[in-house]
This record gives sequence, C-alpha cells and structure tokens, in this order.
Amino acid sequence: MSLWSRIANVFRQDRLNADLDEEMQSHVEEASDRGRNLSEARKAFGSALHHREESRDATLYAWLDSLRSDTIFGWRQLLKNKAASGAAIVSLALAIGSCTSAFRLIDAVLLRPLPVSDPDQLRLLTYTYQDEKGKPGTGEHYDYPFFRLLRTAVREDAEVIAISGASNIDITYGSDQEMEKAYRQYVSGWIFPSFGLKPALGRLLMPSDDVKPGGHAYAVLSHDYWTRRFGQDPKVVGRSLHIGDTVYEIVGVCEPGFTGTETGTMTDLFVPTMMNARAIDNSGWAWFRTWVRMKPGASEQVALQKMQAAFSAHRRERAKSWSAEIFKQRRGEEYINTPLQMETAAAGVSGMQRGYRRALLILGVIAALVLLIACANVANLMAAQTASRAREMALRVSIGAGRSRLVQLVLVEGALVALFATVLGGLFAWRAAPLVVGMINPPDNPARLALPADWRVLGFSVALACAVTFLFGLAPALRASGVKPMATLRGGEDPHSRRRLIHGLIAAQVAFCFLVHFVAGLFVATFDRLSHQPTGFTSERLLALETVGKNGQPAERWDQVAAHLRQLPGVESVALCSWALMSGNGWTSTVWINGQIADEPEPYFLNVSPGWLDTMRIPLRAGRDFRPEDTYGVAVVNEAFAKRFFGGENPVGKSFQTDVRRKRVPVEIIGVAADARYRNMRDPIRPTVYVPFRASDPKDWGTLMVRSAGGNPLVLAPLLRKEVARARPEFRVTNVNTQVELVARHTIRERLLALLSLFFSSTALVLAAVGLYGVLTYSVLQRRREIGIRMALGAPAGDVVRSVTREIFAMLLIGAATGLVAGVASEQYVESLLFAVRVTDPSMLLVPVITIFGAALLAALPPVIRAVRLDPAQTLRAE
Amino acid sequence: MSKTDSLQGSIDLIVLKILSRRPGLHGYAIMTAIEEMSGEVLRIEEGSLYPALRRMEEAGWLHAKWITKENGRRARIYELRTEGRKQLASEESRWKQVTTAVNQILKLA
Repeated sequence: MSLWSRIANVFRQDRLNADLDEEMQSHVEEASDRGRNLSEARKAFGSALHHREESRDATLYAWLDSLRSDTIFGWRQLLKNKAASGAAIVSLALAIGSCTSAFRLIDAVLLRPLPVSDPDQLRLLTYTYQDEKGKPGTGEHYDYPFFRLLRTAVREDAEVIAISGASNIDITYGSDQEMEKAYRQYVSGWIFPSFGLKPALGRLLMPSDDVKPGGHAYAVLSHDYWTRRFGQDPKVVGRSLHIGDTVYEIVGVCEPGFTGTETGTMTDLFVPTMMNARAIDNSGWAWFRTWVRMKPGASEQVALQKMQAAFSAHRRERAKSWSAEIFKQRRGEEYINTPLQMETAAAGVSGMQRGYRRALLILGVIAALVLLIACANVANLMAAQTASRAREMALRVSIGAGRSRLVQLVLVEGALVALFATVLGGLFAWRAAPLVVGMINPPDNPARLALPADWRVLGFSVALACAVTFLFGLAPALRASGVKPMATLRGGEDPHSRRRLIHGLIAAQVAFCFLVHFVAGLFVATFDRLSHQPTGFTSERLLALETVGKNGQPAERWDQVAAHLRQLPGVESVALCSWALMSGNGWTSTVWINGQIADEPEPYFLNVSPGWLDTMRIPLRAGRDFRPEDTYGVAVVNEAFAKRFFGGENPVGKSFQTDVRRKRVPVEIIGVAADARYRNMRDPIRPTVYVPFRASDPKDWGTLMVRSAGGNPLVLAPLLRKEVARARPEFRVTNVNTQVELVARHTIRERLLALLSLFFSSTALVLAAVGLYGVLTYSVLQRRREIGIRMALGAPAGDVVRSVTREIFAMLLIGAATGLVAGVASEQYVESLLFAVRVTDPSMLLVPVITIFGAALLAALPPVIRAVRLDPAQTLRAE
Repeated sequence: MSKTDSLQGSIDLIVLKILSRRPGLHGYAIMTAIEEMSGEVLRIEEGSLYPALRRMEEAGWLHAKWITKENGRRARIYELRTEGRKQLASEESRWKQVTTAVNQILKLA
C-alpha cells in the first residue's frame, strides 16, 4: 500500500462506513419488499448494523471511551519497556526543556508586550544612518530641543513621549553614607495616562509635572522596587530621596507589572524629563528615545511627514554652525536628510534586544534542531516497538479494529511519552531560563527580565508537546495503520521497508547533529579568539574606582586622593583617568594634521594622569610620559595615531590641532605609547590621544586606577572605598570594577553563545549516539537469523560487520554531507556574531566530522561486537 | 492477495461468475441469484457477502456505483473489471482442477 493510500485510508474510513450503512439499508428495504420479515432481514446482518444505528449519537462517547482504553494500554506498553521508555522520555525532556527555555528567553526579550494599554499601537521613532565604516546603523536617541519641535508639529496627529534609557545611579534616602544603586528613567510627564497605567499608591506623574527645567523633583516608584526596597510600606509616599544634589519627593507607586520600557533592565524610579535640566536646551545631547502613540483616526503617514520636516529643519539648523570643512567631513547633506521611520515596539526596546536578537534566535534554532534529533530517536524507538508489535496490530485489524483506531493507539502512546517529557522539560526550563538570563550581563549588574510561567509559556509547551507527538508518532502510526493482517500474521513481511524509515531518520539526525556542532564550533572559536585578543595593557590586579567629587573638585585634590591611596599597604601604584579603558565610555574629537581635517573615524581622547601608562603597563615607545605640571596643549598618542597621521615617523615634537569648545587649538605630541584597546575587542585599534588629567579642571567625576601588590584586587575594595572618603570628604567611590571584569564584559555574548552551543552540541551528540546505538542493536537483533546463517556458512567476521554497518555508514556520510552543506549555507545568519572565523575554515569543518564519526564508532561498537559473537547454532535453534 | 482459502475462493468464484453473466446486480440481487440458480441449495449469508464484495472491490476486481432505481430507491450495483475477469478465469480453472481431482479420488477410493 502506498503512503498516500495509507493516509487516505485513515480519513476515508468515515465515508466507507457511510457507504456501507446505506448499502445495508437498501438491502434491508429490498428484502422487505420481497416479503421478508423486516426484523429478520435486519438480524441477518448481525449486530453490526444494529450497533451502528444505536450508537450513531454516541460517537463522541465511544471515542472518549476508546481514548481511555488506549491511554491505559499505552501506559502498560511504556511500563513494559521501562528502560527504553525512560531513555526516550529523558532525552525528549532534555530537548523540550531546552526549547522551552529558549522560548522563555526569546519571549521575554523580544516578544512579550509591555504591560500597558494597546501595546501594539505603540511606535518608536528611529532613523537609519551609516556609521564611519559605512555600515548601516539604527539611531533612536534624540535631543530635547528637537523633541519640542516634534511635539508641536504633530500635536494634532499623535502624542510623542520621551523616555530615557534606564541608568544605574546612586541614590540616598538619608545621609551620604548610605549610598544605594537604583535604575532611573527620565520620562515625559504624560507617559502614565498615555500608557494607561494606574497608581498602586499615591499619584503618578502628570503632564503638569514636566514643564519647567529642574522644577519638578517628583519620583514615582515601580511596584517591583517598592516591594523589594520598602516591603510595600504605604508610608513611602512623601519620603524624600537624594540623587546627586537634588532632593526628590516620592509621590506614588505605579501599578504592578510595569518596570519601564528597557527590556532586560527593570526601572526602579521614574522622574520627569525636565529634571535632566542641563540637557533640556542642549541640541548636542541625544539622551532619550521617542515613543509615539497615534491619536484616533490620524494617519501615520501624515504624522511621519510632519515629523520628518521637523527633524530635517532641526538638523539643518544645527549644521549651520559647522564650517564648510566639517560639513563635508560629516556628510552634512546626508545628516540633514536622514529619513525617519516608525517601528512597532510593543515589546519595549533596549540595547540588549538589539545585541541579543540574533544570538537568541540562533540558540532557539539550535534548540529546535536538538529537539528534532530527540524526536528522531523516539520515532526510531517507536518504529522498532511497533515493528515488534506488528502481530498485535495485525490481530487488531483482523478482529475488526479500524485503521484510524490503530493510528490513535500509537499516537496516544506517543502523546504519553510527550506528556511526561514536557512535564520534566518544564521543570528543566523553570530552572534553566533564569540561569541563562544571569549569564547575559556582568555578575554585578545582572539582566533582569520578567520570566513568568504564564499562559504564553504553557501554550508553547502544549503546542510543542502536540507537535512533537505528531512528529515522532506519525510515521509509526501510519505504518501501524498500513498493516496487512494476512501477511503479517504469517510472518513474511518485507523487513527492509521498516529499516528504510529508520535509516532515513539516522541520516537526518547526523545532519542536524553536524549542523549544531559546526555552529557551536564557530561560536567557541569566536569566543576563544576574541578573548585572546591582546588588549595592550595588563588587566590583572587592576581595580577601577569610579569616583565622584562633589560639585567639581580641582585637580590638586584628585591628586591628593591618589597620593593617599598610594601609601596604603597592598597597593602597588595608583593613577587617575576619566574612565577605565574598555569601560564602555568614549570621547572622540576632530583633529587637524598640518591644517588638514582628518578623515573619520575620529581619534579617541582620554584624560590620564602622570604614571597612568605605567600603572596600566602600557609601554612608552618614544618621548616621555606626562609630568605633574603638564596641562593643556600636550599629548601622548598611540602608535596607531603615529602610523595613520605621521606615516609611522616619530611624531614627538610635532603637533596637531583639535577642537576645544568650538576653537581649534594646537597640541604638541610629547610621547608615543603602545597601542591599547579603548572601547571594543573586535575592531582594529583606533588612533588615540591621551591628554593630561589636569586639562579638564575642575572635575566632578573620574576613575582611580589601582594596581594591587598581589592577590585578588577586590579584597582591597572596601578599604579603598573608605580611604577615598578619608583622604578628602568631598570624594566618594560609586562603583568598583576589576579591569579583568571590564574586559570580560566585551565577550559576554560570545561566552554565552559558546557555552550554550557547547551544551546543545554535546546533548545532540549524546542523543544521536544513543539513537545510532539503538538502531544498530535493533537491526542486529532483527537480522540475527540471517547473520547466523551467514556465519554457519562460513562468512568471515569482517563480512558480517560490513553487512551490519554498511547502510548505517552510508547514512552517516549522507547526513554529514547534508549537515556540511547546511552549515556552510548558515554563514549569512551567524556571520555577524563571529570574529576572525571563516565558515569555510577547514578546521571548522574537520572538528565536527571527527567528533561525530568518533561518537558513531563508539556507539556502533557494542552492537557490532554482539553481531560478531552471535552463536549460529543457538540463533538458528531459537527460531 | 495471491492465495485465498477454499471457502472464500468459492464465494469469490460464484459472485464473479454471476456478475460476469448478469452485470449490474446489487447485493440483494446477487444473494437471491445464488439461491435461485443453485436450486436453493446454496445460500450466502449477508455477513459473508458484503465483506466479500468489499474485499473484491478493494482488490480491484469489481467496480461499484450508486444508481437510483425506478422506484426512487438508491442501490449499489457491481460490475466486473478486467482484473476481475482474469481472476474469474483463473479461479474457474483452479476450481475445475480441484473438483476433477476430488472426483478422481472419490472414484478410485
């Protein structure tokens, strides 16, 4: 019977029954016409017709009844093969658990809508630009003067809402000594009514709270923060909190669920945008995203046109202050005519989403591949079991079971396996998903995501369980439905037809396994290469103390603090800089060499104190380091700077010009330092200019770099915090990081990808090996008579081995080849996540090949040995 | 199904033979035809006839279709296909062989 007619049989059953019923009916009528007793004629058909008539209304009941008995029967079958069922359930649970975890993450980061009214109606205003390297980027931050223009322009059509990123800031509720960290977002005063949010306590911000710069020191707490920090104390309303020098009054608590718009970070405090007073009239400071909610009946297109007009007008105004030279260098026309667009942003928007979108989706695909491998295993197991139950199936058919009933029987058994696996997998996902979230950000600043186990996750699990049941149950079920009772009961069915399916599944498993390994290999190599990129400085034993000096402190006082720390035991050296290298901060500025403006990218700048190069262990190549008296007008440049602007000649003594408060000022180069990484691990090192720490004076914040004399530098952290405040009471350490951690942050995503893909690839390998082992064992068992005969006739062991493994080996090759092609084809999807790794790298292809073939060899060994050791006499006697 | 047992074989043979002579009979007519033609010696049960018809239809020997009779009643009528004719020929010759052989044994024993 062909596959098609097998499928058709299942569904045709109803029509056949209806045909039969009608034919019987017409027979009975015919008989009664000819004078036969009606009831007698009916009786002649036996109970079939009677039963059918009686039970037509009770079909549903009958079906439920059959379902119940099938479930009991399936349960018994599972118990009968405890080991095999257990293995199937556990491997499937692992795969389902991985998939569910991946879904929970993808859902939490990318899909879950914000808990606001009509999240689908929210839009985010973005623009596309080309960065210095010509790569397109998405811009989404704006300055407040533009926002004002925008708001006026679309007053009729839409409401625009300014929401800043969530920043981790220092706050106190009492004295300065009790510093705490909290996440704050600046928001437009009308955000809460527009988002349809209600207060849980007190009141929320209102449009009237966002009018006068610096004039509305009110804060609204998120429900989550209120619970964590205050244990839901209702007396919190009216309390004051200090952020910097401003005292805010807590006016209320937002309803539960809403923790800001920055997915991956939970905002604790909402304050009006006007409180970022210094930014309100600054068109050079882009610091918030613009959200849009259309007014009823307004056209998005019209609104967008108005927004575009405001945007271009604002940018044209800004570009007016540029000289023709700068206008050209910054591609002014492009800058002015940058097109705006509106994106749907129901799930919130954050850098984490942009950074992890692709990585998470790829992990999801890998998890799905692992699930398919597990499904193939279970399908093979069930195919083998239904094969050994062919007689039972045949018997069922011959005593009148419909084929659909057989399909149901097998599917119910599959569903039982899937059900147990889903429950186990759910438990796995419950633990695993938060673990992975914990790996997304640095340990001292973990990503915080809402990961509720709600109907979305439940729905996904149920859908997954159904899909899985269908995937691995369908083939065996169709096979069962296609059983030919006569042939099977006589025991002469073609044994090869069944193996064909199993072999196909093996090939698919190998292909998936190969693909997973290949991609994992790429990620591991990327992480390895990226984390071994030379940084140009020595991170070990180095602490970065982010420090604030109240109201701006003169450089001498900063030097005093550094000098004080230098005398502490366990401290080797101390230096000052604006921020630590690789801390994520950066400052670029235009330079002129010999009066010519330099092309983009512009060099990095950093304020550093004398001795900083030494503390960082950055060697000086030429000239000298800064002296304490150095201030404006001198600089140490790195080798990349010397190479690019001075053709590799020694630039010491030469000078260039830079932009200081819109004025071109000359700077003399006094030294050349070796290259060091400033902001990222991937790009080539940029030209960098170090200028004296004193050049910006007074300074209200800076970073103290402390190299410890030995051991873990973090041990020193509490002492250093205390000593900084003791040296000068105006100074306070707000954050302490080890330099090692700062560097490691740049490889977190790569590490996550490498770790998870390694986990998935080892799972895939184990599953595929177990599958191979099972199939070989089964096929040796099935062919033991044939092997016995061969051996009795004198076939050498080698022949037996070959005959058992030949097909499997062919499947391995086919699978590996398919996986290879798929792997190479996957390049375009993973490329952006890779570093210094090519998909066509032979070593990238070789490792999975060796691993998989090695595992296949191991898995094949026991059954092959069993085949060779078969005792022909015993085997043949047993038949 | 290449081989069938003798009882089923004779049902098939009889039904096929009757349909080859009188195509377009419905189930009830086939049943009465068997009774009449065998002088009421042979009688086929409904429980055997319809499964046999269904089986032969699935094997591709018979073709069935629904017609509406003059009295407005619907009936399912059967006709032989080419496959069925071939099958009839082979069944007939086998039947002859068997009966000849059995007769011979009866004579000699």
